[in-house]
Amino acid sequence: MRYAFWPGCVSKAGTPELYPAATAVAEKIGMELVELDQANCTGAGVLGERNEELVDTLNARNFAIAEQMGLDTILTICSTCQGVMSAVNYKLREKPEYLAKINQNLAAEGLEYKGTVRVTHMMWAIVEELSLEELGKMVVRPLTGLRIAPFYGCYILRPRYVLGMSEHPDRNQYLEKIIETLGAEPIDYEGKLKCCGFPIMTLNEENGLKMVSNHTLEAKDKGAHALVTPCPLCHLNLDEFQPKASSMSGKPINMPVLHLPQLIGAALGFNVKEMGLKRHIVSTDKFIEISGMS
Amino acid sequence: MDATFKIRRFDPEDKQDPHYEDFNVELPEYGSVLEGLLDIREQQDGTLSLRCSCKSAICGSCSMKINGESRLACKAMVSEIKELEGDLITIEPMGNMPVIKDLVVDMDSFWHKVESVEPYLQPKGPEPEKEYLVSNDQMMTLAVAMNCIMCGACVSDCTVLEVDSNFLGPAALAKAFRFAADPRDGAQEKRLEMYDQPDGVWDCTRCFMCVQACPKDVAPMERIMDIRSMAVEKGISKGRGMKHIQGFINGVKHSGRLDEFGLARKTYGFPLWPFMLAPMGIRRLLRKRLPPIFHKSIAGAKNVKKIFENLGV
Repeated sequence: MRYAFWPGCVSKAGTPELYPAATAVAEKIGMELVELDQANCTGAGVLGERNEELVDTLNARNFAIAEQMGLDTILTICSTCQGVMSAVNYKLREKPEYLAKINQNLAAEGLEYKGTVRVTHMMWAIVEELSLEELGKMVVRPLTGLRIAPFYGCYILRPRYVLGMSEHPDRNQYLEKIIETLGAEPIDYEGKLKCCGFPIMTLNEENGLKMVSNHTLEAKDKGAHALVTPCPLCHLNLDEFQPKASSMSGKPINMPVLHLPQLIGAALGFNVKEMGLKRHIVSTDKFIEISGMS
Repeated sequence: MDATFKIRRFDPEDKQDPHYEDFNVELPEYGSVLEGLLDIREQQDGTLSLRCSCKSAICGSCSMKINGESRLACKAMVSEIKELEGDLITIEPMGNMPVIKDLVVDMDSFWHKVESVEPYLQPKGPEPEKEYLVSNDQMMTLAVAMNCIMCGACVSDCTVLEVDSNFLGPAALAKAFRFAADPRDGAQEKRLEMYDQPDGVWDCTRCFMCVQACPKDVAPMERIMDIRSMAVEKGISKGRGMKHIQGFINGVKHSGRLDEFGLARKTYGFPLWPFMLAPMGIRRLLRKRLPPIFHKSIAGAKNVKKIFENLGV
């Protein structure tokens, strides 16, 4: 499959280990990614607070660029970008008059969004387009003995109606399915569908840190060796702020947080350096040891 | 159609801890969860406690957690749930509120918070001689929030209330929007100042739980964002939330992409930002994880800037 690839801003800055890990895994599983290097930030939910038309225009610009390149599907590795893009695309495709208005904003650049683009996340594409069966065949290092806690993040789950959940109602179980396909055991716990707390870290750090400690400690209590997430912003919060959350709660946590491509890469035979596993704040050594990665 | 309900039971007069009990029910083809519960109460266990009244998704009494998500039991069709979520249906009382008995919760804090946003019109100036006409467009904006039936589903699923019971919460803030945006109200400025305070609109984490839970499409989170926009627009909001949005806009406007370092500097402001960022910077340096210090623009950043300018941002 060939995709217009939008890596999102964070995969190259805040979590710089994600971009190389994701692109290496994509190549290995036969996903051809054509990067949208002219594309802009999707607004991450923040710009929409100020001006909805601005966010709709910025995202329509990205869609129009993908159309111009002859690509019908945008694939992203950022759940937040996926959520914002899906919501805008849903709105633009539902309301042709509004799309025409947004296209006027793009006319100066000679762009027009025709409404033909589909948005997907790498996690969805792996299950729906590659298939778990094919992924399973590529596993060379089954992650036997590892218990992994899925952490979805909000933007890939809600609101369901903009995320194609009527067509794919089991999208809230893909992480578990991928974890099983890779030979590991998924852990069930309440926090898996909740918020990581990232959007309020600058506004109410105490509440954000409580969310971090609640979810990581719950996963730890249930026996998880690591958490895995398809969202770089969840990763930022659950990994980067875990030491602070740990001191605030007064409990040691030490719960490694993996990006989804890193977990897949581990099973596909990549090494520690290729997956950037030493670049996290919370040590991933225990995971590396049990997985048998070199 | 038969179904199995796994119901969370709790009776304060009983010495038993909260526990789950399974009940089998026989329902008509389009039976709701509420019909099943009433049947259990009538046929199997008369002590099962729940609230309900209209059975038509109007009164808002029968909110409860069904398979972990807050919904109206009268609107939740058993056949649909069985098809999408499996045969066993778990039923629990709403979250973020203390349980009184079985599926009945104490909604006192819910009502106090709604009351605290002053949910009534406060007109200014002399009484008009005839009725005040509101335009269709303005009424449509208000109507979304007016659809609220006070069922509590949004509050029950709110992820912020789970960690901070002082947060005003989605229901009260959606109601706050309904009055702050009403052209007949004369207290808009006072209201926005009130909702801008700690525990108000800036404590929402934008998790979409309330948008998903609301049976009336009020989308409380979107209404909270509407209040934020109004407060920024009117120059009332001057805190970190406003600075965060401004910093975000600056980065994307001038380079086409998020400038994380610049955003953090702008949000915390000087002299606080070096103190906030230094520990993180050192940790990252040790992990070879520093983001690029010189922020790079995307190709075509000029075109993005023009979009901002043309829209007056």
